[in-house]
Amino acid sequence: MKLNLALAQIATKLGDVDANLEKHLNYIKQAKDQKADLLVFPELSLTGYVLQDLVASVAHKPTEADPVFKHLLKASQDLDLVVGFVDEDSRHRFYIASAYLSGGKVLHVHHKVYLPTYGLFDEGRFFAWGDSIRSFDTRFGRVGMLICEDFWHASPPYLLWLDGADIMLFSSASPGRGLNDREKLESARWVERVSKAYASMFTSFVAHCNRVGFEDGLLFWGGATVNDPNGELLVQAPYFEEAIISTQLDLNQLRRTRARLPLLRDERTALVQKELNRILSRD
Amino acid sequence: MIDLTINTDVAHQILTGFIKSEVTRVGYSRAVINLSGGLDSAISCVLAVDALGAENVLALRLPYRTSSPDSLEHAQIMIDEFKIPSETIDITGMVDPLIKHDANISNMRKGNIMARVRMIVLYDQTEVFKGLPIGTSNKTEILLGYSTMWGDMASAINPIGDLYKTQARQLARAINVPAPIIDKPPSADLWEGQTDEGELGFTYEEVDKLLYLLVDQRYSPQECIEEGFDAGFVNSVIARIRRNQFKRMMPPIAKLSNRTVGYDFLYLRDWGT
Repeated sequence: MKLNLALAQIATKLGDVDANLEKHLNYIKQAKDQKADLLVFPELSLTGYVLQDLVASVAHKPTEADPVFKHLLKASQDLDLVVGFVDEDSRHRFYIASAYLSGGKVLHVHHKVYLPTYGLFDEGRFFAWGDSIRSFDTRFGRVGMLICEDFWHASPPYLLWLDGADIMLFSSASPGRGLNDREKLESARWVERVSKAYASMFTSFVAHCNRVGFEDGLLFWGGATVNDPNGELLVQAPYFEEAIISTQLDLNQLRRTRARLPLLRDERTALVQKELNRILSRD
Repeated sequence: MIDLTINTDVAHQILTGFIKSEVTRVGYSRAVINLSGGLDSAISCVLAVDALGAENVLALRLPYRTSSPDSLEHAQIMIDEFKIPSETIDITGMVDPLIKHDANISNMRKGNIMARVRMIVLYDQTEVFKGLPIGTSNKTEILLGYSTMWGDMASAINPIGDLYKTQARQLARAINVPAPIIDKPPSADLWEGQTDEGELGFTYEEVDKLLYLLVDQRYSPQECIEEGFDAGFVNSVIARIRRNQFKRMMPPIAKLSNRTVGYDFLYLRDWGT
């Protein structure tokens, strides 16, 4: 089975959801013309990243009735979509969220679990923490979604893997930082390294879509990647520039890789559970 | 080993992208720069030219009667080499009446007046040229507070404020800032014979390495001393950074209401763009 995967690393207008929706619909049309089956947008792609006091005013609910999502749900009749947005629950808690839309329906919403609140980041001040990490079924098999800091921790991709995800879709709004004498910024090197590592260790497809553009002095570096279950890079988008990239995932590669390298088969989950129980029950 | 080497291609790409994005997203297409003849303004100027096109950058030469002739000349080399529209406005007639009010005025006060008059001219010319004023302060001087508040620090955006002076020199070479500008001793040229390093009492080479450890690498003062820096030097630099924090901030507003600018009214400058 083949999956034509496209990643749109876009720049967004800060707090202007209508303008960002229009950009989404343009890229969706491009991806459709390129015969993409699934198009992934970056973290907070509908709103911009450093929202601060804009959070409440840009929140949307991923439902038919929502004036933004009704367009995206309609577009998802043609191809599956992952979009980034601010989700508001019924008790008015706001989450950094990714929604997977397919066939006019919302298949899954992931709320960002790890909110970086240190250094240049201040997410915990403005957002509620997500409290679940779940894989879900799509027409291409089982998929898992994580948002930026989620995959700076090893446990969320691991949980998705155990929960059946063979395709991991990571989205980010990662500000470029760490300029030294190398050709790549430190932030880019780190994310590329872990994306490749997760693909290799979990013998899974790992796609990462980071945004581009400036917000004040922060430059989001782009450089979207797709790695295959052997940890080989299939495609990479340019740094710093808006782009849509695509690649065909040969899902049979999962079988070939895992026949050679049965890491999933040999994973000792009961041992993990036993040791976690012991570690977590320590006084 | 403390290595401040930067990849100048990446720096150039990011900083020209920054200027282009931050100028155009607020509805402008042009920039204005006070071209002092020194290194920092030359770098900001080339970056602006590369980002917006030479025809969209206005270079201002704003000499005072005691300014070094080299400063004017070096600014002119930039203007000629990069074919930048320019204006030369002598600020002597604006500065001297104020200076004459006080026979005992210090060099520092005179220098601050010149820097602030240059700011007034810069902002006035932004209206004429319909451009945003581009900053020229580097990370070293921002951290040390070696600058005039509301003077040379004033700008709409600052492309070079996260580059130490020694890194700015690397970038200058890579983007073809003319050699005489790179090679001469850094000077604010506010009075005759003034040099940055003479006034500061240490070289940029030395202080940049220390600042890199203290600020970028989060070394404690003691760890810097263990790395071989003189204790007196370390402590004086730390004191200087702390003493000048006020220059790096907007004036604090006394809180009265439930929502106050600066504390809990939080939006980026790029809000809505």
